[in-house]
Amino acid sequence: MAFGMIASALLWFCPLAPAYAEVAIPPVALVTDLSGVLSASQQAQLQQNLAAFAEHKGSQIAVLILPTTEPEDIAQFGIRLADAWKLGRKDIDDGAILIVATNDRHVRIEVGRGLEGVVTDLVAHRIVTEYLAPQFRTGDFYGGIDSATDRLMKLVDGEPLPAPKAGDWQRSRGGGLQRLFPLLLVFGLIAGSLLRRVLGRPLGALATGGAAALVAWLLVGTVGMAVFAGIAGGVLALLGGLGGGVMSGLGGGGFGGGGFGGGGFGGGGDSGGGFSGGGGGFGGGGASGSW
Amino acid sequence: MRFIKRSLVLTALAAVTTLLTGCGYNNIQLLDEQTKSGWSEVLNQYQRRADLIPNLVKTVQAFATQEQAVYIGVTEARAKATQIKVDANSPESLKQFQQAQGQLSGALSRLMAVAENYPQLKSNQNFLDLQSQLEGTENRITVARNRYIQAVQNYNVAIRQFPDNLTAKMFGYALKPNFTVDNEAQISKPPAVDFSTATPAKPAG
Repeated sequence: MAFGMIASALLWFCPLAPAYAEVAIPPVALVTDLSGVLSASQQAQLQQNLAAFAEHKGSQIAVLILPTTEPEDIAQFGIRLADAWKLGRKDIDDGAILIVATNDRHVRIEVGRGLEGVVTDLVAHRIVTEYLAPQFRTGDFYGGIDSATDRLMKLVDGEPLPAPKAGDWQRSRGGGLQRLFPLLLVFGLIAGSLLRRVLGRPLGALATGGAAALVAWLLVGTVGMAVFAGIAGGVLALLGGLGGGVMSGLGGGGFGGGGFGGGGFGGGGDSGGGFSGGGGGFGGGGASGSW
Repeated sequence: MRFIKRSLVLTALAAVTTLLTGCGYNNIQLLDEQTKSGWSEVLNQYQRRADLIPNLVKTVQAFATQEQAVYIGVTEARAKATQIKVDANSPESLKQFQQAQGQLSGALSRLMAVAENYPQLKSNQNFLDLQSQLEGTENRITVARNRYIQAVQNYNVAIRQFPDNLTAKMFGYALKPNFTVDNEAQISKPPAVDFSTATPAKPAG
């Protein structure tokens, strides 16, 4: 009886949720045309320009064309997109996205925090009204987008940003492991002392090191980190005792701070595989307009 | 013997660290810090809006001289909103802050509505610039507010869940109040749509 009531209540309320279904975030790319208004060669040309710019300046500017952002406002969709894509480099936040909703006839330039100084809301608004809207009105999407991205690139190029370097666009992920670390440390110590007793000092140390390497490899997925963890584990087990404990405590700090942080998750921009944002932050800067 | 004692001490130390981490102490610190930075961003963006207003009023005034009531309304609402000392951890204070900012939003929208009646003003470049800046700032306020709401929610959920709630109690971390929708009564009833523009609206019946 009570179960039936709960079930019917759930049935009553749950279908409400999909009514607010938002437009899904497309996979991150420099040029995405979901409306099919650009030809393949135009897309390739844009892609080439934007990729070359990202290579040379380090700043990622992307274009997304989609039919509609309904039920969301283009600004709401824009910030959701920007948060998902994370274009631009981490802590430099030099990404920007040009969003064109062809059926809604809305356009928005979403500007990363680091570019807000050069592409102010006002400048973004001018690009919308002077470059995009007039050409969109005549149906020339490529012309508008090309001139607008060109203008954006010129503006950003004049900004003294840090030079690009390899590995800029690798996603880092360290939060989960940092929380696990104390646990790993305890297990490592216990396992180390046990193995040392059973197998003797050198062999036990070797086994502990091997186990640490395996665990690190499973958790982080990079060989370098695994080797490092293995050596650290082995040395710890070899030293044993309090001195080793203090050292492992210090080592723990090292692990938490940076060691694990730069894990090789996500395709790096330079690895040739998938394309990804670099972790740039957006704060809602930019401007919207319609044509 | 010495070995056992040492490993006991070491294990105890490690256990305390693990327990505190496992019970969310570090997590609470992180989430608390995130709400604080989120709150600074909210204040920052509201301040940005307040800074735009004097210029905006001046520009509109130059074209529309007879709208004194609107200018006074905006200026007073701005003064009230900027003077308020807000404590994000007190529900009362947050409510007052939100009311003051809401009044300023209302006064600003009246100001922009006035501008609609002056074609010359609407085509003035300076006004258009200010308008786009205001739009951008309102959007940033929305973003900052949403992020703050999310941060507070994460924090509140964390300190109510077991076992983090024990850690939170022990170290005195309390639930934080959150933003609410200002015009709840207004948006919960359907908007009145009246297409009879030719004849003056009269009550149905």
